Formats: sequence, C-alpha cells, structure tokens
Amino acid sequence: MLQHLADGLLTGAIIALGAIGLSLTMRILRFANFSHSELLTFGAYCAFLFLGFFAAMDGALQASIGPFSFSVALILATVVAGGLTAVLAIVLDRIVFSRLRRRAGAMTMVFASFGVALLVRNVVLLGFGPDPLYYSNELQIAVRLPLGVRVMPDQMFVLGLTVVLVVLLHLFLTRSLAGVAMRAVAENPDLARVSGVDVAAVVRWTWILGGVGAAIAGVLYGMTVQLRPELGFSLILPLFAAAILGGTGSMYGAVIGGLLVGLSENLSALIIPSGYKPAVPFLLILLILYLRPQGLLGGNR
Amino acid sequence: MIGIASYLVFFLILALIFGVAVLGLNLQWGFTGLFNAGVVGFMAVGAYTTAVLIGPERAAVLGGFGLPFGVGLLCGMVGSGLAALIVGIVTLRLREEYLAVATFGIAISVQLVALNAAFLTGGTLGLIGLPKPLAGLFDRPLTYNIFYLCLVAAIAGLAYLALERIVRSPWGRTLKAIREDETAAASLGKNPVRIRLEAFVLGSMIMGLSGGLYVGFIGYVSPFDFQPILTFQIWTMLILGGSANNRGALLGAVIVWGIWTGSGYAIAQVVPPVYQAQSGALQVILIGLLLVGTLLLRPRGLIGEEEHVSRHARL
Repeated sequence: MLQHLADGLLTGAIIALGAIGLSLTMRILRFANFSHSELLTFGAYCAFLFLGFFAAMDGALQASIGPFSFSVALILATVVAGGLTAVLAIVLDRIVFSRLRRRAGAMTMVFASFGVALLVRNVVLLGFGPDPLYYSNELQIAVRLPLGVRVMPDQMFVLGLTVVLVVLLHLFLTRSLAGVAMRAVAENPDLARVSGVDVAAVVRWTWILGGVGAAIAGVLYGMTVQLRPELGFSLILPLFAAAILGGTGSMYGAVIGGLLVGLSENLSALIIPSGYKPAVPFLLILLILYLRPQGLLGGNR
Repeated sequence: MIGIASYLVFFLILALIFGVAVLGLNLQWGFTGLFNAGVVGFMAVGAYTTAVLIGPERAAVLGGFGLPFGVGLLCGMVGSGLAALIVGIVTLRLREEYLAVATFGIAISVQLVALNAAFLTGGTLGLIGLPKPLAGLFDRPLTYNIFYLCLVAAIAGLAYLALERIVRSPWGRTLKAIREDETAAASLGKNPVRIRLEAFVLGSMIMGLSGGLYVGFIGYVSPFDFQPILTFQIWTMLILGGSANNRGALLGAVIVWGIWTGSGYAIAQVVPPVYQAQSGALQVILIGLLLVGTLLLRPRGLIGEEEHVSRHARL
C-alpha cells in the first residue's frame, strides 16, 4: 500500500510536469493539443542523441553523479533537448496551428494536432527504431525508507526537481512581465490585447514553457522507465486527465491533477486487474467532467 | 488477370467497409461538428458484439448463440449506440474539446477490454473461426468475395441514401444550424444537447455496422484489428474526400485506402523486411502529411459541402 503510494507520487510528478504545459496551451491557445505528449517523446529522444554526443566529447562527463544513474552529460543533453523541443513547438505553431487559428475553428486545430502527433511519433520511430532504449545501463540500488518503502535515488531526484521547477514557474508567472502577460491572456484575451499585451509573444512563451517542461518530463520518464516511440502516446490520457482534473489553465491544478492521476493509477492495482491500469485516467476524466467540469481548481467560466 | 481482379474485389470490400464508418463520422463531424477521436472504439464494439453473437460454441469464452449474421450486425449497432450514449451523456453538454478527449479514452478502454476480458473477447488471440455469412452457397473464394462486395456495396449504398435523406430532413437541417450557431438554434426552440446526442449515437451505430461487416468478411476479430491508426485513416478519408459531403466520404475512403495499400506495397519493394517497423512508420507519416496538408491547403477536401439555399428564399 505504502509502496503504491510512493510509486504513484513519483509517476505523478512526471505527469504533472507534462500536464502544466498542456494545461497552459489549453487555456491560452484555446484548443486541446493532442500532440503535446509527443513533445515529451521528442525531448526524450533528443536528449538520448545529445547524451551520446556529449559523452563522446569528454569521457569524464559520462560518470554517474553520486547515487544517481545519470551523468553530467545527460544534464547537458537535457538542456539542449529542452531548447530544441521549444523550437519544435514554435515551428509547429508557425507551420500549422497559427494558420488554422486565424481561419478555422478550435476543433480543426484539434484535428490537426492529431495529425502532427502522428508525424512526430513516426519520425521518431523512423529514426530510432521500435526497440526500447535506455540512458544508462547501470543498475541502481533501491534506498530503503522507513515503513518498508523502497525507492530509487533517481525517483527521489525526480520528485525534488519537480518541486524546484514548479517554484521557478510560479516565480516566472507572478514576477516577470511575460508571466503576468500570459496570465492576462489566459484570463481574457480580448481585454489583454486592447491593454497592449503582445499576444504573439505570449503565444511564443506558452510554447517555450510547454516545450521545455515536456522535454524535462520526457527525459525523466525515459530515466525512470524507458524510451519508446509510444512514450508520448501512452501519456496522452494521463496528461489530459491531470490538466482537466486540476482545471485547465491552473498550474497548481495541473500539479495536483498529475499527482492524483499517478496515485490513482498505482493504487488501482489494489482493486482492478493491472491490465486495465491505462483506463484509470479515462475514468477519472469522466468522473470529474460529470461532477465538477471546471476541474478542482478551475473557476467558473 | 484473375489475380488483379480478385485483389481489386478484396480492396474494394475493405474500402467500402471503411467507407461506411466514414459515413458515420461524417454525420458526427461533417454535419454536426462533433469530434470523435475514438472511431475505432465504436467499430470494435460493433465488431465484437457481432462476433460473439454469430460465433460458434467454444470453451471458456462466452458464445454459442449462433445467431444469423444480420441479427449480429443489428445487435452490434445497438452495442455501439449504447457505448456512444454513455460517453455522450457525460460529455456533450460540456466544451467540445472534452468530447475529443473522452472519445479518445473510450477507444483505449475498448482495446483494453478486448485484450483483457478473455471470457468475452478471447483476449489477445481474439475470436477465430467465425462463420462467413452464406459461405455455403459459393464454391470459390473469388465468387464469394464478389458476393460479399455486392453485399457491402448494397449496405453502403443504403446507408448513403438514408443519410442523404436524413441530412436533408428537418432534423438534418437542425444539425447544421447547431453546428453553425448553437445559440441561434437554441433561441428557435431547438435542444442542441439532445440533437447532438442523437447525431452522435446514430453516427456511432453506423461505425458499429462497419465493424460488424469487417468481422463478417475477415472471419475473425482480434484487438490488433482495431488499432488507433485506423481512426486516423478514417478521418483522413473524410477530410480528404470532403467533410459534410456523403459522396466525398465514400470517395475519400477509396482514395485513402488506395494510397495506404499502394504505399505499403511500394515501400515493401524497396525497404528490407528487417525494417518493417520503419516502413510502417513511413506509411503513417504519409497519412499524417495527407491529413495536415489537406487541412492547410484545401480545407474543404476534394468535394466539399454543397451549398443549400431554401427553396423559399428569393435572391
């Protein structure tokens, strides 16, 4: 039971990181972006590519840090991957979404996001093949916590990093001009526009935050589970469940939603056969839409 | 020559079976503006319901009803309709994006049930050895396939004619009114939520019919017949052919299925079998480009919606 709780919290932290970006895009760009989870796949594989590059550049970068399985090379690779994923998100917006935003409805954009998801996923599959990949082949020794709970050092790192990133994002959204502009557009796009907010810049910032968050979540997922081309696809429902559960547009909602999704996925193993685990986020979505459609922290719209 | 002819028959049967599903999606998306991201789930519900009802007796799996194929098809449609009703009631009164997420979820869940509920679906093995309707009357596979092609064509034609009538009926005009301006329609005393639900259920029933036809032709059903990619293919068929045009839906089905099988054949000639996964990816990329490209460059598709003006209007 406690082990399930601990595992759920850790999965939840990764889902939360991915869901923050999805929640922001859903609120600011006003469409359900089914290709968001493919940004996780893209980021994770980018990091894999640059991990090899940095490791080849300087062998000393390859050594694992302390009790963790990852190296300085992976951290550097993640930074690069975050940047490239943000660039991909902006490029996709330029080529596809911004054009449709101007002349078609929100649902046409959802349509297109499915097509984009398909393209990204299969380009990754084409480049890296269908077999699972790992950042590191080192075995990790689980740390024993009180009450018989075992966790990997990597998993503790994931949890800590999520907390740090959420605090940083909070500071960005409340203290920086760009962050305040983002919240203004989320609240009321027309009012923000007439008040002189540069909406195009806000859209760019949204994709940057979403892309970087997705890349980090993708790398963390790859680190604690494995890299597969279907990584993002399998996370579509958990991410949407987290965003909808928390109330779209609410960053803290997405974090709480992510943790709840992770917990219920893992705790579900106690009552239903594990084969049905991937359906848990879907049941959560139906439940929250039925009981409280605006989400836990979402205001009335 | 016989080889080409029999392949053509085989190709057309599948294209028309998918065409029926595209007609169902067209009622939902084309005419009503409802986004269904789980087409494959509703097809699978129809397929499995049909398969269980017409299947022979078997150990450890529910079955042995041995009902006629026609009854199986009808029950499959009812099954898909019920699934649509459950999802629709929860989501149709909410923002339309939530319908996309929920239908996507139901497709995933249906696949999980197909994989795990072995007593009903036969699990990963699926249900095999299903009787082909009226197979006893034909001695050669080709003549049987020609018969099945006529059957599918007749059903697709019937569905086409029925839908053409429906969308031109007062109810069909209400669908378009709701799609264009929900508030205006509501102010005229129409109930958008109820009419949307009706269109959603009817469209999903047609998808269930398509799933049942598929089972009748292939003779077995497994979870791997209803992968998410099939949903993308069916959308691409609709978008390319022309949304809100039933002829476009059928045309798109034949063209996209032709591109899919043709590209699969061409890639298999060039790429060695070791890279099977990669060549599959190439095929999907082609479909994705087709979908996004059509949305960007020719949003109305090959033959788009016809403009209807009331015969009472004076220009």
